[in-house]
Order: sequence, then C-alpha cells, then structure tokens
Amino acid sequence: MKKVYLYKGYERFWHWAQAVLVFTLILTGFEIHSTYTLFGFESAVQIHNIAAWSFLVLTVFTIFWDFTTGEWKQYLPTGKNLKAQIHFYLSGIFKNAPHPAGKSILSKLNPLQRIVYGGLKIMVFPVMFITGFLYYYFHFPLQGVELSSLETIAVLHTLGAFAVVAFTIVHLYLITTGHTITSNLKAMITGWEEVDDEESKHIEEEILAGSRTVLKPANPKKKKRTAKQEPVQVH
Amino acid sequence: MKKFGILFVALFLPIFIITLLGYDDEEQAVANAPKSELSLQNYTYKEKRHPREVVDHSKFEELQQDFEDAHKVTEACLGCHTERHKEIMETPHWNWSRDEVIEGKGVVSLGKKNVLNNFCIGISGSEKSCTRCHIGYGWEDKSFDFNEPTNIDCLVCHDQTDTYEKEKGGAGYPKASVDLNKVAMNVGSPRKENCGVCHFWGGGGNNVKHGDLDKAMLDCSREVDVHMTRDGEDMACIECHKTENHNITGKVYALSSENKNRVTCQQCHGEKPHNDKIIDEHLCRVACQTCHIPYYAKGNSTKMIWDWSTAGELDNDGHAMHENDQDGNHKYLSIKGTFIWDDHVVPEYYWFNGIASHHLIEDKIDTIPVQMNSLNGEYMDKGLCQKSKQPSKIWPVKVHRGRQIYDTVNKTLIQPKLYGKEEGEGAYWKDFDWDLAAKKGMDYVGLPYSGAYDFVETEMYWPLNHQVAPADQSLSCIDCHSRENSRIASLGDFYLPGRDFNAGVEILGILLIITSIIGVLTHAICRFISGRKCKMNQHLNN
Repeated sequence: MKKVYLYKGYERFWHWAQAVLVFTLILTGFEIHSTYTLFGFESAVQIHNIAAWSFLVLTVFTIFWDFTTGEWKQYLPTGKNLKAQIHFYLSGIFKNAPHPAGKSILSKLNPLQRIVYGGLKIMVFPVMFITGFLYYYFHFPLQGVELSSLETIAVLHTLGAFAVVAFTIVHLYLITTGHTITSNLKAMITGWEEVDDEESKHIEEEILAGSRTVLKPANPKKKKRTAKQEPVQVH
Repeated sequence: MKKFGILFVALFLPIFIITLLGYDDEEQAVANAPKSELSLQNYTYKEKRHPREVVDHSKFEELQQDFEDAHKVTEACLGCHTERHKEIMETPHWNWSRDEVIEGKGVVSLGKKNVLNNFCIGISGSEKSCTRCHIGYGWEDKSFDFNEPTNIDCLVCHDQTDTYEKEKGGAGYPKASVDLNKVAMNVGSPRKENCGVCHFWGGGGNNVKHGDLDKAMLDCSREVDVHMTRDGEDMACIECHKTENHNITGKVYALSSENKNRVTCQQCHGEKPHNDKIIDEHLCRVACQTCHIPYYAKGNSTKMIWDWSTAGELDNDGHAMHENDQDGNHKYLSIKGTFIWDDHVVPEYYWFNGIASHHLIEDKIDTIPVQMNSLNGEYMDKGLCQKSKQPSKIWPVKVHRGRQIYDTVNKTLIQPKLYGKEEGEGAYWKDFDWDLAAKKGMDYVGLPYSGAYDFVETEMYWPLNHQVAPADQSLSCIDCHSRENSRIASLGDFYLPGRDFNAGVEILGILLIITSIIGVLTHAICRFISGRKCKMNQHLNN
C-alpha cells in the first residue's frame, strides 16, 4: 500500500463546495415543494436562490478549469472495464476482490463513475440550471419568458431533484467501498489516496512519463539545426 | 501560494457575482432609506403637516340665519360657491347612475337607480326610504328634479358637528330636530364620519354590504385598519379617494363595470414597495389586497347570506317579528327573511382584470346562482384588451349570497315594492304580499310581471379594499404556497409552486429514492456478512 496525491486543491474545494451547495439546494428545494417545513418558505426560497447562483458560478468556473487543465477527459465514457466494474459491485466486492479499474492520475474515475458523474454534469445539472432560470424569470405574461404554464418547468425541475437525491444516497454509500471504509473520504479531504502496489507502479510510470514530457525540449527540430550549424561557425 | 490564490478566487468569485446579479440598484436605494418609515409617494405624514384654517364659515352673514328649510341652506351655499352644483350634478353620488360600457351589452346606465342587488334588491318604488342616503332633498319617486340646484344636500358630506342626520323614510330631508344654522356655520372637508354615515350603513345596517366598511373604523385598532386607526395616521376616506371638483375617485364594482377613476395602493406605496424582489414580482399577478387584507369584517360582523324566501312569517297577533343571533345581529326579520352573519371572514379569491359585468334588471336569468355582478379574469388573461394592459390579478372578494324573488315565466329578477308609509299601498314591508309587491314594483319600472314568482339563488361580488392589516399580519408565503389549506386552492387554472405537484413525478421520485436506499442497505448488509465470512476463512486458513 502506498499513498499518492491524486486530488488537487481546487478539485477538493470544488467537490466540497458542490456538496454543500447541492445539500442546501435539495433541503430548501423540497421545502419549497411543500414536502416538509424546515427554514420557513420565504427563507427557503432565498437560500435556494443564493445557493443556486453560487452553484452556477462554481459549475461554470469548474468547467473552465476542467478544460484548461484537461481534466475534462476524466469524464469521457469508456467501455474498458465497464462490465468488470459492474461485476465488482455485484459480486467481487463481497469476496474481497481488487477494484478492477485501478486509479491513476489520468483516470481517477472508474467507468461507472465516468458515466454517472459525466451524466450529472452534462444532463442533470444543465436541466436544473435551465429550468431553474425559467422558474426565476417566469412571470407570465409580463416580463421574461412567455410560457403559458409553469408546470412543465416544475415537473422537470422536480424530476432532476429526485435524481440528485438518489445519486447522493448511492454516492454516500459508495464512499465506503474504497480500500478501507474511510480511505475514499480521507482522499477527498487530504488529496492523498491509498493505492495498491499495482496501481502505485502504474502511477509511478505515469509520473515518469509526465516528467519526460516536461523535460522534452521546446522545439527539438530547431535545436538540431543549431547543433548542426555550430561547427560551421567554428570553422 | 498559487493554490491559495485559486482557492481564494473560487471562494469569493461566486459571492461577488451573486451580489452583482442578485440586487439591482433600486433595491440598494430602498435599502439605504431609513427603515422606520415606509417610502411613500404623494403622501405627507400627519406629524409633518401644518394645516391652516383659511376660512371660518361661522363669520359669514349669509349663514347666520335661521333657515326655513334645508333647500335654503343649499341656496346660501351656492350663493358663494356659485358653480359647484354643476360639478355635483355630474357625479354618481347625485345621479345614482353612470354610463358604463359592459362587454356584450354596450353602453348602459349603471347605478343604484336601476341595478338590482341581493340585499334590499333595488330602490325603485321604495325611494323614500332608500334616498335617505342620497345627497339630495325630496327624491320620493320618478318626479324628482335632478336639475334643481337647491335639491342638493351639501350638509351631509360637509357637516363637521356630527349633529346632522337625515330622516328615516324622509326622502333625504334632515330630521326636524337638526339645527341647520349651526350645521351651516360649521362646514368643512368630509371626514370619515360624513362618508361613513352612508357607506358604513348601506343595506340597512352597519357593515351589511361591504364587509370592509364598518362604523368601527371611526375609532379602531391598528389590527382592524392600519390606515384609519387613531393609533396611526388616522386617515380620512378622502386622503386615498382623492377628490377634485367633487369627482371622488374610486367606485365599487357592485355598481360599476369599467376600470377607470380608481384608487390604488400604488398611488402612495409605488410599484415596488416591499424591498424584496420576489415579493414585488408577485404584484404582476397578485393584488396588494390579497395579502394585506387577510380577514375582513374585523370590527363587526357582515352579512354573508340573505334569504328573502322565508320572509313574511308573522306572530300570532299578525305583527312582524325579529329575532337576533347570539352576536346581536338580525337572524330573522319578517320584512326581510333570514340572515347569516360572520366576522373575521376569510375572503374568497378570484382572478380579476378590473372589469366587471352586471346582470341588468331586464336580463334573462341564464345561470343559477344568478350572477348579480361578475368579475372578469382568468390566469391566461394577459389584459391586452385593457387600457392598463395589466393582466388579471388574484383579488380577495366578499361574496354575498342570496335568495330573492324572480319571475318564473319571464325568467327575470323582480323589483318588488318594499317600502310604503301605510298598509294597502302594496309595499311588502307593510302588506307582506309578494305577488302584490312584485306587481307594484314591476309596474313602477315598466317591466312585465307574469304573476308567477319564486325565489332564486343569487351571488354578488365585492372586491375588498379596506381594513388593511398591519404588515406583520399580512399573509405569508405558505398561506397560498402549501398543499393543504392554500387560500387559493380554488384557483386551479395554473401551476403554483408549493401547492401543486405532479402525482406521477412524485411517485416516480419516491420510488427512485426508496430503491436507492434499499439497494444500498442490501449491498451493505451483504458486504458485512461476506466480510465476516472472509475474515473467518482467513482465520481458518491461518
């Protein structure tokens, strides 16, 4: 067993800020939906709106971060190990079998996570943002959007909320399925993930490959040319 | 260091952008204003006013005389205020009618003169009693001269002594006991007492009709009426019902159809009075009154139901009876039938675009209950056909329900003759004969009566405007935005967050959550059991 620094500072900040905001949104959202009483309707609406704006900004910024750092590739779905991953959760995990998709810097997410997290990012959250905006600017028939009913918007927004709740339940449980019960949680707090020997070997290779890339000459062709020209100058 | 910078930006960028987006400048401006005072337009607080008496009517020789009769007082008034009678003669207060456009009916004359209600039904044939509330002298029947300036009663509105009182059944003349000289020398702008003497007592008793106009408002707590309470601004009616050249703004939808010459809350409170964007945005579909008049009839009870069909029962000696309910309100009157009263009433709520329609006396009955007046509007109404271009708003309304006489053959409502001085004139209140009263009444208005009558249910709509509660007692979000007991549960033509939901989505969502929980639990239990097995195996292997 080794520890490797897998989750960067911003990634962890984003994860926990998102966690807090999503919890807040769910908690206040279902109060607005009259599922229960907690903060009071008016406060719930105010908190929901502030949390929603913050979440939007956070998400936009993180997408920007994803693209500038290349981290967006983490969400590309892959068929490799997908079946194995499903098989792991359905049976391997009970037999203490190893995780089929090893973690690495370039692939922090297992194939199932890629699909689910990616789906949240490009399907659920955008739907929530769009319907949320329509909710916010829906003043039939005065300003804003000319829709004759709020119902469709409301139904989509509610569906999305239920999906997020279901995700959260499963996600919270899956935290405990790391090498130890708390290793995933620790990793998301400190950034250091426990990995087994095979994974650590792979990561070492990655780092070496990375360092080679870093040390590559900026323009190898040019350098060659100057190297050839040098003797000419000497002559 | 770089990492710290990113964290810093990520933490404060959202907050910064929220502050940029969430609050507009106006809101900031209001927030900067002193919190203790409302930001009002066109209104000066009592304590900042310095009224000056510019004229003392008691010093006029013209008024220092023993007036022979009330007409002479008017003559004296018009002696100085030479053209004012022309203004009066244009008002509905004088004519008891006004020309209004009703959709589908064209220009019609609407007013107490000719529109029926479901209280005392109508004035025709009973003028002598009803015109006690007319600003004139001598309107006994159709022969009344509306063009005679000295028929105007200036005193009922301008008396400052509270000693002026009109005679019961006196066609608008004052009681003989009134000292006209004293009253004439003490005239001024109408106070709430002047307006209230008719507008509180319409329908034959205090607060009978409106439900939000009550003698209690002459001296009430903040809870009853935040504007008129003596603990506050002690506002007179005309401070909102602004008046120029005797044209008093505001008119009740019981007797008017069009949306013009109105009084609005906005004239003082502006369009964005709440210092809260979301609540201000409600104003595009919710009338101020809806939240700020949570209950009406807060001082005294108001009449909710009036059933004429039970009238006419006499005691053993053949005398008219009256019975009171436990609050001291009339429960039964031989002359009028059975009543149900209520206080602290929760209004009914309707979409209303400011335009009403009226059942005219000659109209055929096509709906039961007969809609004496109806408020137009629905959720989908954008108000494009209106001058104001305002969409329909949710309004609080007092609905008065009645059962009253109608012609079963002609299918029209009947104007019965109710009031008479003596028995034998055919007046119902003396002779208790519906058939005769119907015949006399319909003859008087020149409409046919078949001789067959019965009683029909009627409804009349009174949008509420008065008895505004203190801000902390206005409705809160969940009074409407809740699944149970939503005040606007009856307005089903739109989706309201917090009240409405889609049953299919709810079931689907709950199933999704339950499935997730069960799945996770089962998985956890299996892991727990298999984990112990593994350990045991390890143990055994060792």
